[in-house]
Amino acid sequence: MSFSFDGFRVGISFVMMCIVYKSAVNSLPELSPQKYFSTLQAGKASLAYFCQADSPSTSVFLEELNKAVKPLQDYGISVAKVNCVKEETSRYCGKEKDLMKAYLFRGNILLREFPTDTLFDENAIIAHVLFALLFNEVKYITTLEDLQNIENALKGKANIAFSYVRAIGTPEHRAVMEAAFVYGNTYQFVLTTETALLEGIGMEDIKYAHLYFFHCKSVLDLTQQCRRTLMGQPLTTLDIYRFIKSMEAPLLMKTEVAEDPQQVSTVHLQLGLPLVFIVSQQATYEADRRTAEWIAWRLLGKAGVLLLLRKRDSLEVDIPQQANVVFKREEGMPVEFLVLHDVDLVISYVENNTYIEERQEDETDDMEGPDMGMQDDEVAESVYRDRKRQLPLELTVELTGETFNATVMASDSIVLFYAGWQAVSMAFLHSYVDLAVKLKGTPTMLLTRINCANWPDVCTKENVTEFPVIKMYKEGENPVSYGGMLGTEDLLKFIQLNRISCPVNITSIQEAEEYLTGELYKDLIPYSGVSVLGLFSPTMTTAQEDFTEAGKYLKGCVITGIYSEEDVLILSNKYTATLPALLLARHKESLVESIPLANTHAQEIVQIITNALLETFPEITVENLPTYLGLQKPLLILFSDGIINPQYQKAMLTLIKEKHLDSVIPCWLNLKNTPVGRGILQVYFEVLPPLPLLVVVNLHSGGQVFAFPSDQAITEQNLLLWLKKLEAGLESHITILSAQEWKPPLPAYDFLRMMDAAASQHPTRKGPEYMKETDIQENDKQPEDKSAVRKGIKHWNRSNVFKAEKS
Amino acid sequence: MGLSPGLLLTMALCPALTLHPAEAQAPAHRDYCVLGAGPAGLQMAYFLQRAGRDYVVFERASGPGSFFTRYPRHRKLISINKRYTGRTNAEFNLRHDWNSLLSHDPRLLFRRYSQAYFPDAGDMVRYLGDFAGRLGLRVRYNTTIAHVTLDKDRRAWNGHYFILTDQKGQEYRCSVLLVATGLSVPNLVDFPGSEYVEGYESVSVDPEDFVGQNVLILGRGNSAFETAENILGVTNFVHMLSRSRVRLSWATHYVGDLRFRGPRAVNNGLLDTYQLKSLDGLLESDLTDLAVVKDPKGKLHVTLKFYLEDSNQSAEAIPLPQDDSDNFAMRVAYDRVIRCLGWKFDFSIFNKTLRLSSGSEFSKKYPLVRPSYESKGSRGLFVLGTASHSVDYRKSAGGFIHGFRYTVRAVHRLLEHRHHGVAWPATEHPITQLTSSVLRRVNEASGLYQMFSVLADVVLLKENGTAFEYLEEFPMQMLAQLEAVTGRQARHGLFVINMEYGRNFSGPDKDVFFYDRSVGYTEDAWQSNFLHPVIYYYRHLPTEQEVRFRPADWPLPRPAAIHHILEDFLTDWTAPVSHILPLRRFLENCLGTDLRSFYAESCFLFALTRQKLPPFCQQGYLRMQGLVGTGSLRQHRVESGLLQDYAAAGKRREDSGQWPGLREPVDQPQAPGPLDQPLNSNKEEL
Repeated sequence: MSFSFDGFRVGISFVMMCIVYKSAVNSLPELSPQKYFSTLQAGKASLAYFCQADSPSTSVFLEELNKAVKPLQDYGISVAKVNCVKEETSRYCGKEKDLMKAYLFRGNILLREFPTDTLFDENAIIAHVLFALLFNEVKYITTLEDLQNIENALKGKANIAFSYVRAIGTPEHRAVMEAAFVYGNTYQFVLTTETALLEGIGMEDIKYAHLYFFHCKSVLDLTQQCRRTLMGQPLTTLDIYRFIKSMEAPLLMKTEVAEDPQQVSTVHLQLGLPLVFIVSQQATYEADRRTAEWIAWRLLGKAGVLLLLRKRDSLEVDIPQQANVVFKREEGMPVEFLVLHDVDLVISYVENNTYIEERQEDETDDMEGPDMGMQDDEVAESVYRDRKRQLPLELTVELTGETFNATVMASDSIVLFYAGWQAVSMAFLHSYVDLAVKLKGTPTMLLTRINCANWPDVCTKENVTEFPVIKMYKEGENPVSYGGMLGTEDLLKFIQLNRISCPVNITSIQEAEEYLTGELYKDLIPYSGVSVLGLFSPTMTTAQEDFTEAGKYLKGCVITGIYSEEDVLILSNKYTATLPALLLARHKESLVESIPLANTHAQEIVQIITNALLETFPEITVENLPTYLGLQKPLLILFSDGIINPQYQKAMLTLIKEKHLDSVIPCWLNLKNTPVGRGILQVYFEVLPPLPLLVVVNLHSGGQVFAFPSDQAITEQNLLLWLKKLEAGLESHITILSAQEWKPPLPAYDFLRMMDAAASQHPTRKGPEYMKETDIQENDKQPEDKSAVRKGIKHWNRSNVFKAEKS
Repeated sequence: MGLSPGLLLTMALCPALTLHPAEAQAPAHRDYCVLGAGPAGLQMAYFLQRAGRDYVVFERASGPGSFFTRYPRHRKLISINKRYTGRTNAEFNLRHDWNSLLSHDPRLLFRRYSQAYFPDAGDMVRYLGDFAGRLGLRVRYNTTIAHVTLDKDRRAWNGHYFILTDQKGQEYRCSVLLVATGLSVPNLVDFPGSEYVEGYESVSVDPEDFVGQNVLILGRGNSAFETAENILGVTNFVHMLSRSRVRLSWATHYVGDLRFRGPRAVNNGLLDTYQLKSLDGLLESDLTDLAVVKDPKGKLHVTLKFYLEDSNQSAEAIPLPQDDSDNFAMRVAYDRVIRCLGWKFDFSIFNKTLRLSSGSEFSKKYPLVRPSYESKGSRGLFVLGTASHSVDYRKSAGGFIHGFRYTVRAVHRLLEHRHHGVAWPATEHPITQLTSSVLRRVNEASGLYQMFSVLADVVLLKENGTAFEYLEEFPMQMLAQLEAVTGRQARHGLFVINMEYGRNFSGPDKDVFFYDRSVGYTEDAWQSNFLHPVIYYYRHLPTEQEVRFRPADWPLPRPAAIHHILEDFLTDWTAPVSHILPLRRFLENCLGTDLRSFYAESCFLFALTRQKLPPFCQQGYLRMQGLVGTGSLRQHRVESGLLQDYAAAGKRREDSGQWPGLREPVDQPQAPGPLDQPLNSNKEEL
């Protein structure tokens, strides 16, 4: 207790030092009667428990007494266990084992004796001892008349702290006594356990302990009653301290200078209480002051109230024109500007917000460490933050159990299976809606969705057990699951490329030429940079089947066509292909290359086409990185701020052509298109050199990152030299990527431990009848009136057959 | 989904069943014989039929559900028929449909059969008739199985056959016997004068017959209250007597206890009037101590057996309790005494060799079965339906249609594995789907909800914890034997998902409306009182010993970790921060991994800056199925501080060891540290 000891403090610490010197802290010294009395110092209080030497060394009482040693020492009260040996009998040593008592001395004067069952636990020991020592400071009363007498006597002189506790020795009683120990000189403490007394002053809730502050000091008219403030919190030492501290603060503080509320700090904030500024103007000052005073009384002990004078010419303080109340929840928090036209609204606003604030404080008290309740899943958090925005869902057709089959049978449809509570599928729903906006008015395919949280039977029937799933339903075909990136662009590509059959049947040489130049499906070229054409003579049926199967597999990913007319040789000759063959038309480069397909199975064809889709020097993006990672090679990345310098590109392409870069994947990253690249560079470089930067990242073995020296020009020769050195192991890496596993970001609540703790608390509820007091108190937190039914049954029980039998 | 070929085959075999008496020498064989075409028998028949098994149902009446043709006497069922829930989720809606059996046919939902919240028993008979008829279940009506014996045979599935003999002496030989005969024998009382007592099953239901009478009802179950309510208005008074205090189902969560409907109960008319201090009372006594004496006027007097012991039997001479105690509650004379004491299982048809014995003191009316519903006495004999209630008597809903439709399914799944090698159905998913899979089930599953603490879902982890299998509605007391009875492997740890009420909540003497009984903060979720999901984590399958000697009040042995999902009044456990986030933290801490989901952009960053990727990126992004997101969602990520805004990048140096996603937003002030809270340090010193 570091507050307001002032006068006591020196004495206490002195005593504590002495005690520490004599015995180990927290342990109960055991002395013989003679020894004990020799240690007693004049003016110092001491509690001694006299017991027979042969009595058991442990008991519930001794355990509790042991716990009380330290707190009592803090108040300068020593504690000892005195063993009554036969030879050294003392009159304090009881005759029988059961009748041993504890005695409180000041110096060598006996103040009180306590039967041990009075001191049933640590709280009771401290409460009783302080109660005995503070006999003069704390007036114990039993009638309303006593209270009135004290109140009348103190008007104009001192304030009163009046408390009601359910019983002597309870934790609340201890808290009051501890407060009295500190404030006993400043305020008159009055204590009662009489419920009638409490009811007499208008408090009906007698289940809990209460503390009132009677403002008597300012009362000059003896016929006038002292104002009372009820402490709203449970009676704990800390809360009583806060409460009394807030009673000491001036009722209404004025900040007539146009001070910035943000800078104002009073004792309230230190006590964890908020501040309320009532904004006033010169013209209405007097009325506002009265209102503020009224509010201040109502909020006494709950918040500090200040009167803030708005000065018209002051530009320093920026208070919105209409705001009449400023609320400052806690130190360092931004103030809130409020418009509250009613005193009650001010009160309730403060009370509600203070409650939340306290609750949060409790939480941080309870949990050491991070806030497990904080969302750290970016998908869940972003979807949650966006929940209030109305998505244009009407652009997609919502399906139900009743409409599902009819809809997907009637028209070619895309179905999004999602669950309203599942964040990933809801995040994708955003992209899906964006897609619907893009496709609005172009009748390609019906975009539909079904919420599996509402129609699980439909989803299960469609074999959907995870979310999200996207399927395409086309007449006469089995539904196809979409396996690409969950984003607008990729799904759009899938839908567009699915508009034509795959592979598409080309029927004439001219059509084939148009197909290869990109003329035939002009609008699809943006989605498929490569057009694939399979060339077969009409008799090559197996090869055609394999190719068709591969084409179907790649549906939605690339355009494929098939030509198997009699005049196919015209094409094979033109493109120097041996039948069966593949023609790959790269539209960007206007190149057509041919690949022979003799005895190639569908799977291999898929592989050939997929490889052909890879670029030699791609711009790496979020979307395409996984494709290149699959090659399991180190990446050679050129980071460029914007479009790549043609010189560098040329250098790289030359090296690629000369097969110097076969062991790596050469690529470049445009920071304008892929801003997250900056985050990557921050990991690679301690000090970020100027762009462009060229690095080799060995992702698959070791995680080393090597940087091309930034003082060298990116030329073929320099690059080649560097790569050679790298290969020879002569370059040292700038960093190694973390190989750390992905562990749980935060711990979970340990409910098992909490349940154990709760379970282990029950058996300790032993002890003498005083425990009933605490029991009652806990049970009483639930209202006693059980349902009327039960009362009635109780009533009937009294006259039941068993009673009759016994009588 | 058409009928499976196996089913067609057995249907073709059907005519063989109609044996001529001359051929009765060799008993007809069936793999599965079901006794009783009540709800449980028909439910089992449905599953057997769908699986294409060789089965037959024996029913002594001429149609299904014969119990409901007579009972309850006053025709009102106490199982709710909530036709509208505001939800379209068919599985969820079964939580509020207590009468339907499970089938694939949406026409066979009970709400199509009755408009009433508490439907008429006649509707149930009609429903069961349609269920058997429409689904083409194979039931032999008018066949009373009079006797069941065992025939030891090493070739039989279970080492013996069950030989059933019907009323005509026809024998049937069955590999598996499924007893779904319900509780069919009325509980009787035996005390001096019990011959004056009328039975619930035969007493008049016409209130006119009770006008101006004094009535004593023995029993305090639903049938007693049903009887009392019917005559309440015309009698002088009704007294009720039983050994146990009246229990209200809202205080015990037990459906069998007296049931309330909203503010008023189905059968609580008596309680209402009782509260108004009318003469109609509830008394407590042990029925076996009673005696009823008839006086010359034909009035019945209640006394105690103990008074009769030394006296002669004439009514005038018998001492009555009221002779000594003038406020003895039953001091008046009664015109009628009615017994409404419920029913018990009919043990009489089972030969002793079947060792079908009755349960413990508290469930004497039920045959003793294992948690797998198999008889403790003979392998291959399963008890289904109401008669199987000893497993969860007074705890869960296994004695009622809405409960046993799921336990019957569980028994069928056990049989499918035992005799046909079909593993317990399961779906396999990548570990990233774990949180969603659990959430989906706790939010919609009806079997988990109805059969709380009896049936539980089980998640079996695969090696390395990268994938899992999800098994639904497994009898949780069988957990130790899971591998043997399901054909699934549980080598790498498992989760059990159960629904539970709070431990300090339920019980006949507890006031369910006590103050502050619901819990609102996630860290207090373990104190939740209402039915809420509880997830147990085990590193290894518990042993039988561990299951048997588990701590008192625990439905399962002590797990390595446990999670309670915070109770919710709407049983909607989908709140992102209150429900989903703590669940995810629990699961990922059990698995030792990070189960967060990430946008493709984050996965891209991780892929190029870390050697390892979180499961979500591995299983999604790396397989070219990353979540791209939209601009507005990206903006929210930046605002939430979970994403550094590289586009507006200030070139800050990266702190090694911490990845950007978790970093505090740059511009916001740091959260106040402990130094800013001087009061806390005070607290320490106190």
